[in-house]
Amino acid sequence: MTDPDTDIGGPAHRFPVTNHSAIVNARSDDQVVRRRAFDTILASYWKPAYKYIRLKWHADNEDAKDLTQGFFASAFEKNYFATYDARKASFQTFLRTCLDGFVANERKAGRRLKRGGDMDHYQLDFAAAEDELASHASSSLSPEDYFHREWVRWMFTLAVETFRRQCEESGRGLHFQLFERYDLSDDDRQVSYASLAREFGIEPTTVNNYLAAARRDFRRIVLEKLREITATDDEFRTEARSLLGITPQ
Amino acid sequence: MKWLSDDKLDHLRSVVSEPDFSGTKYSLVKELGRGGMGAVYLAEDRELDRLVAIKVLDTPEITEDLRNRMVREAQIIARLEHPGIVPVHDVGALPDSRIFYAMKYVRGSRLDEYAAQGASLRDRLRKFQAVCDAVAFAHAHGVIHRDLKPQNIMIGAFGEVLVLDWGVAKIRDTPGESVGTVVGTQNYMSPEQARGEIDQLDERSDVYSLGAVLSFLLKDQPKVSKAAQAICLKAMASAKESRYWSAAELSADTGRLLDVEPVSAYRESAVERVSRWVAKNRFLVLLVLAYLLMRILLIFTSRS
Repeated sequence: MTDPDTDIGGPAHRFPVTNHSAIVNARSDDQVVRRRAFDTILASYWKPAYKYIRLKWHADNEDAKDLTQGFFASAFEKNYFATYDARKASFQTFLRTCLDGFVANERKAGRRLKRGGDMDHYQLDFAAAEDELASHASSSLSPEDYFHREWVRWMFTLAVETFRRQCEESGRGLHFQLFERYDLSDDDRQVSYASLAREFGIEPTTVNNYLAAARRDFRRIVLEKLREITATDDEFRTEARSLLGITPQ
Repeated sequence: MKWLSDDKLDHLRSVVSEPDFSGTKYSLVKELGRGGMGAVYLAEDRELDRLVAIKVLDTPEITEDLRNRMVREAQIIARLEHPGIVPVHDVGALPDSRIFYAMKYVRGSRLDEYAAQGASLRDRLRKFQAVCDAVAFAHAHGVIHRDLKPQNIMIGAFGEVLVLDWGVAKIRDTPGESVGTVVGTQNYMSPEQARGEIDQLDERSDVYSLGAVLSFLLKDQPKVSKAAQAICLKAMASAKESRYWSAAELSADTGRLLDVEPVSAYRESAVERVSRWVAKNRFLVLLVLAYLLMRILLIFTSRS
């Protein structure tokens, strides 16, 4: 039985502008602010975009690389993201629609974008993306759902890396090690707080406290990343629900 | 960067959404359910050594003002002492700033599950009246529930009725809520609530939701009287002014329906009045008929 969910928000909901939003800053007249905002968007979306082009548009890897580079270069140059309207769709949907339009136009014009020339060129790890596609290519999802799923995966991957870096910089390496062993390990053997306590030579209560703190910090990082790439509180809340496994209304 | 498998991704998502009760007196036992506004968890109160239900509101970020207001409202709701209102034991904020409410852990069936178990129309109406009475009590203390639905009503092990989830309740005439925020559940929320007209919400908005709950309870019943249907329609009138003025008034009409008396929502014809009178006084009618039959038989036997 599916329960009717209590809803919060709705047609009359106000949309306050969020702070620290790269989407909002992408409209800035200040070139430095705009560039920084664009870099955040690029870092958050290039990999799902690349994989999406490979899957939906059946592009080979070289073509997909050029299209990904070309899309983001064109987006910055023509300021695509400044036209985003949060009342119409989520930013993620908007970006995917822009991407489809861009690829369709390129295909229609029969162009094959070449790296180099006067186009911006970004240092992106396409080889890693290609490895992931080769190892985990099979997917029964629609291209749109696949894009969303890969975006969520990429968000969490970036959050893990940020968490690792912050732990290293703040001398809390043990926090990350415990988090890595308990929450990230692919080891099929059952890992318990007691076994971790033995492995690291600490008390089980310390494992409990450190893991609770690590998870709290990880959650904060995920939400900070999300806030950076959403334009309004409403979109942020909806995407947070989606990321946290709750179906948005 | 390490590739995250689908399983690992799902695990991390649950890690992120799982509440962190460190710094509180609660230990997480398991998740009980999840809805659009948050999730409810079973937790152990270590100080009092008892189980409680904790609702964690799904608000990723919360301002100090909002937090203070929610705590203030929870304190008022916590003072509602009524056998039909699930007690709120505690309210607080998790380390990640999400608000939580600790409530009595109620064992039993939700009203929708109770109805699905084949409860009779009379039993359904009795339970519904008990819900109205609990809501009327809250209204008398200035509290509007705003999210009444079968899933928020529990029937306890001894048949007691408990209205849950006062987490989005509103204290009447208190300022501070952002205008236009829609809170409630589609199909159960009043038109003014759905439109986000927060300043228009009052007891009659809950009356609408109660009407929707009654409609749910009646929908699969074979013989629903016109009077019962009229109660539903009056409670769910689009215009607030056309609804019952209070949950107490709705409860009273439901009581009259149970007692086979005329209800305020429905004007009977003369035939309906007689048939209702007959239905109500069936025993007396049967007695009179039996008496008359005996008299007739006696007359016949004495003549012969």
